[in-house]
Amino acid sequence: MGLRLPSKVLEHILSFIDSNEDRNSVSLVCKSWFETERKTRKRVFVGNCYAVSPAAVAKRFPGMRSLTLKGKPHFADYNLVPDGWGGYAWPWIEAMAAKCPSLEEIRLKRMVVTDECLEKIAASFKDFKVLVLTSCEGFSTDGIAAIAATCRNLRVLELRECIVEDLGGDWLSYFPETSTSLVSLDFSCLDSEVKISDLERLVSRSPNLKSLKLNPAVTLDGLVSLLRRAPQLTELGTGSFAAQLKPEAFSKLSEAFSNCKQLQSLSGLWDVLPEYLPALYSVCPGLTSLNLSYATVRMPDLVELLRRCSKLQKLWVMDLIEDKGLEAVASYCKELRELRVFPSAPDLDEANIPLTEQGLVFVSKGCRKLESVLYFCVQFTNAALLTIARKRPNLKCFRLCVIEPFAPDYKTNEPLDKGFKAIAEGCKDLRRLSVSGLLSDKAFKYIGKHAKKVRMLSIAFAGDSDLMLHHLLSGCESLKKLEIRDCPFGDTALLEHAAKLETMRSLWMSSCFVSFGACKLLSQKMPRLNVEVIDEHPPETRPESSPVERIYIYRTVAGPRMDTPEFVWTIHKNPEIGVSHLAIK
Amino acid sequence: MEVINGLNLKDTELRLGLPGAQEEQQQEVSCVRSNKRKNNDSKEESAPPPAKTQIVGWPPLRSNRKNNNNKNVSYVKVSMDGAPYLRKIDLKMYKNYPELLKALENMFKFTVGEYSEREGYKGSEFVPTYEDKDGDWMLVGDVPWDMFSSSCQKLRIMKGSEVPTSL
Repeated sequence: MGLRLPSKVLEHILSFIDSNEDRNSVSLVCKSWFETERKTRKRVFVGNCYAVSPAAVAKRFPGMRSLTLKGKPHFADYNLVPDGWGGYAWPWIEAMAAKCPSLEEIRLKRMVVTDECLEKIAASFKDFKVLVLTSCEGFSTDGIAAIAATCRNLRVLELRECIVEDLGGDWLSYFPETSTSLVSLDFSCLDSEVKISDLERLVSRSPNLKSLKLNPAVTLDGLVSLLRRAPQLTELGTGSFAAQLKPEAFSKLSEAFSNCKQLQSLSGLWDVLPEYLPALYSVCPGLTSLNLSYATVRMPDLVELLRRCSKLQKLWVMDLIEDKGLEAVASYCKELRELRVFPSAPDLDEANIPLTEQGLVFVSKGCRKLESVLYFCVQFTNAALLTIARKRPNLKCFRLCVIEPFAPDYKTNEPLDKGFKAIAEGCKDLRRLSVSGLLSDKAFKYIGKHAKKVRMLSIAFAGDSDLMLHHLLSGCESLKKLEIRDCPFGDTALLEHAAKLETMRSLWMSSCFVSFGACKLLSQKMPRLNVEVIDEHPPETRPESSPVERIYIYRTVAGPRMDTPEFVWTIHKNPEIGVSHLAIK
Repeated sequence: MEVINGLNLKDTELRLGLPGAQEEQQQEVSCVRSNKRKNNDSKEESAPPPAKTQIVGWPPLRSNRKNNNNKNVSYVKVSMDGAPYLRKIDLKMYKNYPELLKALENMFKFTVGEYSEREGYKGSEFVPTYEDKDGDWMLVGDVPWDMFSSSCQKLRIMKGSEVPTSL
């Protein structure tokens, strides 16, 4: 074979390789490469916390500095996963505390994190620097206080859209006077008011602070005082922007913003009064990211703001922007890469918001760099989708939510098959796709045929039969995550493509026609898949052919998990075990 | 939703229901099944839209966006005594009472009288009233604007002669 590469040389080479996908490939070459790679990997990513055991990960990567974990399935964001399903951080924290004391960074998404976890983190990792919790729950502000108090070199503390038991704003005062290392603080999801003087002092003694995201309880006055102490901020999430209209308040605010010459990202803006928007004008030309999705700003005011944002790359906004606002974005924001438009009144049948498919067409035509779209709209047309696909073949992420389930092309009354075909065919680099509206099996035949790079696919209220799933599982080569709700198919395609499921991270299906019998068969056939049936009623109490409420199937080397609640049934692998034990909790 | 010439016909529909019953009974259903049959001979049939009940997890929005959104847009029904149909306005479009009253005057082609705290509206046969969160009928203008806009459920422009002296 030739000379073996000395491990020191290999280590040096590997120090240039950050991508975990590449490192995974490296580790498959031979045993010694596996060993060198595992000892040198610093950033560990586990996309499904149940795919592998914490102990195995801790043992394999003792030099871990950063751990990123994801727990619940994505549809948990929309309340489709019952409370108590799982995704507990504790076993991971415990294992890392024991084996990886040099861990400095923990990032968790959709996991259950308790105060105990946070206290353990604070106590176990001497040089802990970064804690980012996204869509997590299970902890209180006491846990946050423990982190603040104990982690001497804390740089990043971000609570992004977490559900936190808010016991008051005291947690902030737990940052010791000696703590000066903060670079990023995000407490936007907390409700309680923090003592503004504590926050002022913290900000004043943190010269490296670049990102600050306040909660709505921080007033405009508070914001002004903080901006004066931190003009170096690059990212700001304001508190509430509501206030009595006072002339000197406005000029103070304006001045404070104009001193923030490095501001690139702006968010928050709850309850913003349009009269206060001009205070932001001075920062607009430098903004690359603007999140107005909580700001009830309407049309003329929105355009006045956006036309000044010529460098804008990311825009999140509500449908109050209307088609004509998006037309303006298309002409002023030529650097736009990501657009998200959220509905202002999602449950209202009769909202007459003048946002239609035309808005997205404008942006697709005018913004050449547009690559990521999330768009909520009442109805759509094939023609619009065709135009979007033709104009923006560089799209990487396309998520269209036609709010009315089963809504056809409202001009021709046809399914949106042709439109999504154009998207799949035209956008060759598409990584993520969410479809909606009236779709027949044909749409999925096209998606299966053309969407070769799609890794994540979300489907709701679509398709006619099992053919839909068959097309997707046989066609989409790069598919890693598939989530489906309310589609009329199940068993046949699932069983036929069982092997495919092991090449994916996970499959979620709810309110479809997947029978308990099929789940059993699938589980028996595929030893390295966990087949979870999530159902209020024990599946054995019904005929095997009756559909189960939800299934969650994921590949794993850790075997069935031991922490399932009563409504989750993991199918036993051993076919010889009698019927009464076929499903174990 | 049928809107013809700006009229929302649903508002004047005859329905069975107790007076003051919620217009939309919101029931959570865990799934919506299409009426389409599994096999292909129903290709031409388009599925009727699902009942207007709330579907769990749809549209796919995180709950913090759903809750927030009720604050951002608040449509309330406006009725005027003697007018054949109701209208709807979005209270969030107005920042104070004068703006709101002007919009109402334009919408229904009437003029509202002069408001005073002691005597209510004088000088017009129409009086703007509203139903608050507790179900009580109040005179528009008595409480600060913010309090009004967050508690107003419905508006009714009463004919002066109908206004009970208790108001």
